[in-house]
Amino acid sequence: MSSWAAFLLQRRPLLWRVSAAPIILLSLSNCSGGVLDPQGPIGAANAKILLNALGIMLVIVVPTIIAILIFAWWFRASNTRARYRPDFVYSGGIETVVWGIPILVILFLGGVIWIGSHDLDPFKPIASPAKPVEVQVVSLDWKWLFIYPEQGVASVNELVVPAGVPVHFSLTSASVMNMFFVPQLGTMIATMNGMVTQLHLAADKPGEFYGQSAQYSGGGFSDMNFTVRAVPQDAFAQWVATARQSRSALDRSSYLALCQQSSNVRPFTYREVDAGLFNAVASQQLPPCPGPNIERAGATVRPPPER
Amino acid sequence: MSATDTPFERAGDPYRVGRSRDWVSTGAGRGHVYATGHGEGGPASKRVIVGYGFWIFLLSDIVMFSAFFAAHAVLQTATAGGPSGRELFNLWSIVAQTAFLLVSSFTCGLSAVATEARNQLWTQVALLVTGLFGLGFLVLEGRDFAGMVMQGAGPDRSAFLSSLFAVVGLHGLHVSAGLLWLGTMMAQIFVKGFRADILRRLVCFNLFWHALDIIWVALFTVVYLIGLGR
Amino acid sequence: MFGKLTWDAIPWNQPIPLVAGAVVVLAVFAVVIWVVLKGYLPYLWREWITSVDHKRIGVMYTLLGVIMLLRGFIDAIMMRSQQAIAFRAAGYLPPEHYDQIFSAHGTIMIFFAAMPIVIGLMNFVVPLQLGVRDVAFPTLNSTSFWLTATGALLVNLSLVIGEFARTGWLVYPPLSELPYSPGVGVDYYLWALLISGVGTLMTGINFVTTILKIRAPGMSYLRMTIFCWTALAANLLIVAAFPILTATLGMLALDRYLGFHFFTNDAGGNMMMFINLIWAWGHPEVYILVLPAFGIFSEVISTFSGKPLFNYRSMVAATMFICLVSYMVWLHHFFTMGAGADVNAFFGISTSIIAVGTGVKVYNWLFTMYGGRIRFTTPMLWSLGFLVTFTIGGMTGVLLAVPPADFLLHNSLFLVAHFHNVIIAGVVFAAFAGITYWFPKAFGFKLDEGWGKAAFWLSLLGFYVVFMPLYVAGLLGMTRRLQHYDVAAWRPWVLVAGIGIVIMMAAAACQVIQFVVSVRRRNELRDATGDPWDGRSLEWATTSPPPPFNFAVLPNVQGAEPYWGIKQRAIETQQLSPEPKYEPIEMPRNSPTGFITAFFCTMTGFALIWHIWWMVALGLLAAYAVFVWFAWRDAVEYSIPAEEVARYDRERRRAREQWLAQHGGQPA
Repeated sequence: MSSWAAFLLQRRPLLWRVSAAPIILLSLSNCSGGVLDPQGPIGAANAKILLNALGIMLVIVVPTIIAILIFAWWFRASNTRARYRPDFVYSGGIETVVWGIPILVILFLGGVIWIGSHDLDPFKPIASPAKPVEVQVVSLDWKWLFIYPEQGVASVNELVVPAGVPVHFSLTSASVMNMFFVPQLGTMIATMNGMVTQLHLAADKPGEFYGQSAQYSGGGFSDMNFTVRAVPQDAFAQWVATARQSRSALDRSSYLALCQQSSNVRPFTYREVDAGLFNAVASQQLPPCPGPNIERAGATVRPPPER
Repeated sequence: MSATDTPFERAGDPYRVGRSRDWVSTGAGRGHVYATGHGEGGPASKRVIVGYGFWIFLLSDIVMFSAFFAAHAVLQTATAGGPSGRELFNLWSIVAQTAFLLVSSFTCGLSAVATEARNQLWTQVALLVTGLFGLGFLVLEGRDFAGMVMQGAGPDRSAFLSSLFAVVGLHGLHVSAGLLWLGTMMAQIFVKGFRADILRRLVCFNLFWHALDIIWVALFTVVYLIGLGR
Repeated sequence: MFGKLTWDAIPWNQPIPLVAGAVVVLAVFAVVIWVVLKGYLPYLWREWITSVDHKRIGVMYTLLGVIMLLRGFIDAIMMRSQQAIAFRAAGYLPPEHYDQIFSAHGTIMIFFAAMPIVIGLMNFVVPLQLGVRDVAFPTLNSTSFWLTATGALLVNLSLVIGEFARTGWLVYPPLSELPYSPGVGVDYYLWALLISGVGTLMTGINFVTTILKIRAPGMSYLRMTIFCWTALAANLLIVAAFPILTATLGMLALDRYLGFHFFTNDAGGNMMMFINLIWAWGHPEVYILVLPAFGIFSEVISTFSGKPLFNYRSMVAATMFICLVSYMVWLHHFFTMGAGADVNAFFGISTSIIAVGTGVKVYNWLFTMYGGRIRFTTPMLWSLGFLVTFTIGGMTGVLLAVPPADFLLHNSLFLVAHFHNVIIAGVVFAAFAGITYWFPKAFGFKLDEGWGKAAFWLSLLGFYVVFMPLYVAGLLGMTRRLQHYDVAAWRPWVLVAGIGIVIMMAAAACQVIQFVVSVRRRNELRDATGDPWDGRSLEWATTSPPPPFNFAVLPNVQGAEPYWGIKQRAIETQQLSPEPKYEPIEMPRNSPTGFITAFFCTMTGFALIWHIWWMVALGLLAAYAVFVWFAWRDAVEYSIPAEEVARYDRERRRAREQWLAQHGGQPA
């Protein structure tokens, strides 16, 4: 170890610990699998803003931390070379700078925030020549239902999408609040019963990505993950065709069966989907799925759902 | 302020505000020669402290009501296919409730006048009348609620009704608590007379009772008048 | 007869809570029996339980907070260890337990550890720094404390009788509504917080009134210490925010108990409204915690740098600025709920703006050190650790304030690392700095420096080893509250965090050892003069510990840093100021009201949780009776004769004269 490192370790061990943090963070720029390894345009744009904001903040934070450590060390009581200035309690110049520079940075960051929030609004479609694929998402306890209204099939706990094509999600929840999140594709969005949220994502290239719920929703929450497979166009058509050969169909009664609380559900598909099913769930025509013990539920207005 | 100031003088005005030059040589004497009303004359009197604290409490109570008002604003239209305000509100009952509260506020003010005059009899009479009108208010409100529940328009029917019962009921709860307090105060005045601490509590009670009236005005406007327009 | 309560409520077939509960119950019994047998009960009743003295109440609050900090820390150890082993495995905590543990961890840490410690320190210090004898409403103060203790008791009871909420610390509906949480867990949460929330609100009212209306003669606003300013800001926030919590939890209670539909899925309920309301409280809440922490650091850094706080007026401005803007940022807790770009952008910008105020404070502390003569005592070390670590945490907060970035990181371990970064570096470090700094004032002897420093370094190291990997895991996509996980990339980081928690356990052990060693060595560590640190504010003018009446004669405040001025004059003239004229002092009598009211509130809360309606009615009636009985008191004060005041104060002056003669003006 160099003498410089030894000097730092002796005098300012805090500095090592502190500099380790941003160094680790920065070295993750190519760390695979997470939000800093985006595989789609939305994720890439989000990650870029995150890293830019980090860069802007580091410009302020790193000198500040260094100054803290240097001042603390230089002005230690045993240092006779440091000038003791008990009268130094006010400085207009310093005041201007410490209010002014953060305000300027925040103004800049404010611009990034305003523009970024509008550009990356989940409701905003992705500009692309390809026609978006429609997927309707229902979060249940504790699995994910993906309905493809145009293809007329549905899938549980596995989301297959064509690569390079934007996907337009309409999301709702069958019961409690969840959050649809595929880290490598970007933005997450909440799912709530009785409401429809929207999201636009796309995968650039074929690949397999991890998806999960990012909002704790009960006992089976930890198993509420799903696989996202981005496949070439023809493979997608192939998958749809295979799905149309599945055993079960998704209608009201099989939906109600899916409603019952269960976790660790292995992925499977439905060969056909009741046309108005998603809207029935989203508008509460189909009542919210039950919790653990229907007898203990409080007084409701509607008759209890059929078992 | 110059470099030759003693540490003591420097210590007194480290930020060179310079306003407090008059203290320098008085030693252990008076701090300021005047009390500016910003608490510089030392601790305030008990009467001021109690009144001030109670005002802060009232402000916090108004914040709590605001949360319920906000909820009502959000849930006004969430009738879930059930009855809305227009179908439910009995305007005459509400007008009567408002009148009762206003009169009780007036008689409460009269009791304060009687207290100033240290007149036991009229203080008790005015407080009693206040209480009776308050009770009348509660009876009318209770009847309204019972009627709505009978019609199947109870708080469990829809979010709108939940919010209605909650915000109006919260006010009613405050009125009930106020009546309990009123009874206790009447007993105390009767037994102990117009002692200083009892007078302070009466001030607080008066503030409370009038504040309830003000909240009722807001409630009346937001919940009933605006609700009737839907 | 007992509502829903049956013997099944005790977790006979669940070894972990059963054993933990049994240990705690036995320990409590052992302590109670020891106290009674040793004859300490009358002393405890007279001097502590019924005390309305802000100093006693402050100590009790702080003690409650520290004990609950340990309980919450045990929850954290369980969470970290479970996650460390639960890679493609079930771990040792099934979801039913794990979910209660993380919910209890958050609830206890915020409401029953951080809040009591902060309120305890404010209780102890603020009247002393204002140069007055007590707060505005001493008996109300006692009631506030005991109601907070009630809430803590109820939450801990849920470990042995019934269960706790399995919803996270903010009980979002619809998960917290009856259909999805039919058990008593959420009810324990609701009543514990509704009851202790009343206590906290009363504290807010008490301190706002005290700071604005009860100060020593000559103490204008700009002559108050910065800790008093931050206490004022925090208590204004309490007054303005806690009623929202009461309202929102009240609405949820109405949903669960009377079938209302505020937040249910059906009949028009609106769960988004809960989230808005609860965070409208929740964001001011974190500033309630952190502003007094900033105040503590201001005091400590100023004292141990030997300089007045740099740019005091700017600090005051920044504090009140933060106080105000904290009301305008709440939506940043749910950018991903779909409010739309305009709304998200507005709140993102307002959140960034609030960072300006905090940044100004950091620079003011920095320049307080500049030109100082810094003594690296334990409180100063905690402050330095805070300055560096909190800056990082604030930075990650600003990152999260950018909605597109939050879209990737919401509810991830990055978020968890961020808020622990700011709360641990901010509030917890401040707690330890403040406790170490004011301990000699409260008890008359200092805490052992060696063990204190060890605790600091281990805490600092432990914090980084636990939470820096969690930032990374969050960036790798790991979400929070997972009971087990299968993504291999997350594993190394979770393991390192597991090691870090062991380091923090060592730190906690050092804290406990520090306390024991200090008590043993208290004669060597004695604080003879009442000014062990060469302090600058009025609390150091009193003895350690101060008498019940704090000051024999209320000080005449003749400038900012009044005590420093008094000291400099004494050093210049080599004598104390002339003896004042002593007069009798009226002090408020002790009262069991707070304790008894809290007892009946505990009873009522427990009965509400278990639907024992007759007990609810009884508890409410009894609470009202206590109120009337208290209101009926005739003798509210007692008088301390002038001779006793004189005797006490002369002793204090003798100690100071001795110090002056020995040291002739050098700092102690």
